[in-house]
This record gives sequence, structure tokens and C-alpha cells, in this order.
Amino acid sequence: MGTFIAIVLSAVLTNNFITVKTYGVCPFLGVSKKTSSAAGMGIAVTLVMLLATLVTYPIYTYVMVPLGIEFLEIIFFIFIIASLVQMLEKIIQKVSPSLYGAMGIYLPLITTNCAVLGVTELLIGDMSAILGEGVAMNIGWALLYALFAGLGFTLVMIIMSGMREKLNYYKTHKALAGFPIAMVTACFICMAFTVFSYISI
Amino acid sequence: MNKYKKITLDGLIFQNPTFMLVLGTCPTLGLISSAFSAMGMGLTVLVVLTLSNIIISALRKVIPSSVRIPCYIVIIATLVTFMRMFLEKFLPDLYDSLGGFLALIVVNCIILGRAEAFASKNGVAESAVDGISNGLGFTAALTVMGIICEFLGKGSLFGAQIMNFQIGMLATPAGAFLVYGICIAVFVYIIDNFERARRVKANKLARENLLKEEA
Repeated sequence: MGTFIAIVLSAVLTNNFITVKTYGVCPFLGVSKKTSSAAGMGIAVTLVMLLATLVTYPIYTYVMVPLGIEFLEIIFFIFIIASLVQMLEKIIQKVSPSLYGAMGIYLPLITTNCAVLGVTELLIGDMSAILGEGVAMNIGWALLYALFAGLGFTLVMIIMSGMREKLNYYKTHKALAGFPIAMVTACFICMAFTVFSYISI
Repeated sequence: MNKYKKITLDGLIFQNPTFMLVLGTCPTLGLISSAFSAMGMGLTVLVVLTLSNIIISALRKVIPSSVRIPCYIVIIATLVTFMRMFLEKFLPDLYDSLGGFLALIVVNCIILGRAEAFASKNGVAESAVDGISNGLGFTAALTVMGIICEFLGKGSLFGAQIMNFQIGMLATPAGAFLVYGICIAVFVYIIDNFERARRVKANKLARENLLKEEA
């Protein structure tokens, strides 16, 4: 139970992907102009992160480590993620056209999203600080971490899009309009998330 | 010669990947809390970008356009794997300071963006120049922001302690966002003014020529 709480709190709040690790900032700045699109992007990223972990973690542990080809992890992982995203796009297009209409445009962007490759790379690394003593890493914890890291990503995306929708009502200087003012907004969100670093598990 | 000058100026200033196009933001924000790691990241990207541009432009007639993106990704991933082995062996300090962001160079939008927008349409020499100038633009931007963040946030420069005064917030991701945003605003403001001045000058010259012709 302790490990469960530690993973959830760490993935969503204390080690949030955007505000602490700065993974996946491109979609965070690019697709956060409207709350609906931000939520769609966040859910799509969560789904792909979960699926990518489900495939890459067993392949790394049960195929690449016994064969001694760990050094090829980057090539394997990026290829798995790219083909997964392609496959997911085709499946969604066939099964549910309405979902495809809402989410389809974000899927191709996810291949080059650092958050997805970041979470797969992170999970095969040293996770003992989060898991606690005497708890071995396994596929269950890996999937849990991926799921909640994706939800943390979605949370920050939605907060950011809400603030950017409000920002549209104000006039900003020409040089500050667009990305600069979005980054200053992101700075305040990061500062707010700093509070969670006082949580000790 | 003029063509190469234009490619270089575009990569360094007018189409600067960090300030004008805002690409490759993840490693930028994650590493500018220290000038050393920011510069190391910039130089690593410079090497990978130049090599990938050269290889992709050399192979541009062989790669079928329907599967070009997977091909580019495999080429870039191979280069990053080589780069990671090289750094682990010869520059362990830099390898440690880059951490997880080293593997994430694969999904850096600058490299895939230049491959798609430039190297797939131009010759090897132009692509090499484009890779070097874009890489230098990225390195310069990261180093400048790294120096600002490290000097104000930790009171040191490239690891050497200079002063005791420090604003700790600037060495965290929050400060990185703030410094990056302000740097973009200042850069865009300067470039805008510069281009406006150039346009006014050109208009004035054209008007004088017209008056001369009339007279």
C-alpha cells in the first residue's frame, strides 16, 4: 500500500512530468490554447504512455537484457512507440470515427513527444527512490507509474489551458504575445507545484 | 556564396530554432539551470543534427517518401545511440549532467524538423551548412540562458562560485520557464525593430531613386 501511494503522489505531484521534469513541454505549449483540445491531448498521451510501457517494459526485461542488447534501447523504443501510435490511429479510425474526430489529430504528434519516450526510459532505469526499500520493480508498478504520470500531465495541461483562455481577454505587448506570455504563465504553475515537493513519503 | 550566407544567418538568427521557432523546448527548460550542461546539450545536438542532415540529404533519392519519417527516426536514433556511447566513454561528466535528456535527443523536434524541411530537399553541402548553423543557433541560445540562470540562480558560472547572492527559484524549472519566456520576448523585439529599420531604409532608397528618375 505504501508503494502504491508513493507512486501515485510522486507521478502526479512531486515529480510531475511537466513542472518538475520538463518532459513533454512542446504539446504543453502548443496544444493548450483551448481546454477541450488540451484535455484531448492529455488523454491521448496517457493512453499512448500506458500502451508503450505495456510493450517496452517486458521487451526490455525479458528479451533485451537476456540477449545483452540493452544499448539498442533507444532504437527499439522509438520504433515501438512510432508503430504503436500508427496502429492506434488506424484502430481508432476503424472502430470509433467519433473518437477519431476528437483525438485523431493529436495522435501523430505524440510520436515525437518526449513524455512517452521519457517514461519508458525512466521505468527501465533506477526507480528505487520511489518504490522504497525491498520492493522490486515489476510490470504492475511500471504501468501504475505510467498511468499516473499521464494523468499528472493531463492535469497540468488543463490548468494551463484554463489560464490561457483567460489570458485572451487581456492585451499584451506585441513582443510578449504568444509563447513568451505562455511561458511566464507556466512559470507560475511550476511555482505552485513547488509546494508539493514538501510532501515526504 | 550568397546562398550559404542566407542559410547561416537564417539558422543563427532569423529562424533561430530556440527563440524564433520555439522547438526543442524540453531539453532547453530541463538543462538551463547549469551553463555547462546547457552548452553540452547544445554541442551534442549540433553534432547529431549535422550528421543526420548529411546522411538524410545523401539518401534523399533512395528513401521512398511514404515511409520517410520512420527512416529518419531510425537514422537519428542510431546517431544518438553512438553519441551516448561516445559520451559515456570519453566525457562521463557531461554524460551524468545530461541524464535522461540524452536519450530524448531522438524526439527533439529541431532534428526531425530540419530533416523534413531542409535535408530532404537540398544537397549535401547545403544541408551540412544548415545543420551546423542551426546547431550553433541552438547552442548559443542555450548557453546564454544557461549563463543567466546559473549566475542568478546559483551565483556561479560553469561551476565556479562567483558570488554569494542567489535567487534559488531561477535554478528550478519555474525559473527556466521565466528566463526562456523573457529571452524570447527580448529577442523577438530586437529582431522586429531591426527588420523594421531595414525596411524603412529600403523604402527610403527606393523613393530617392524614383525621385532621381523623375528629375
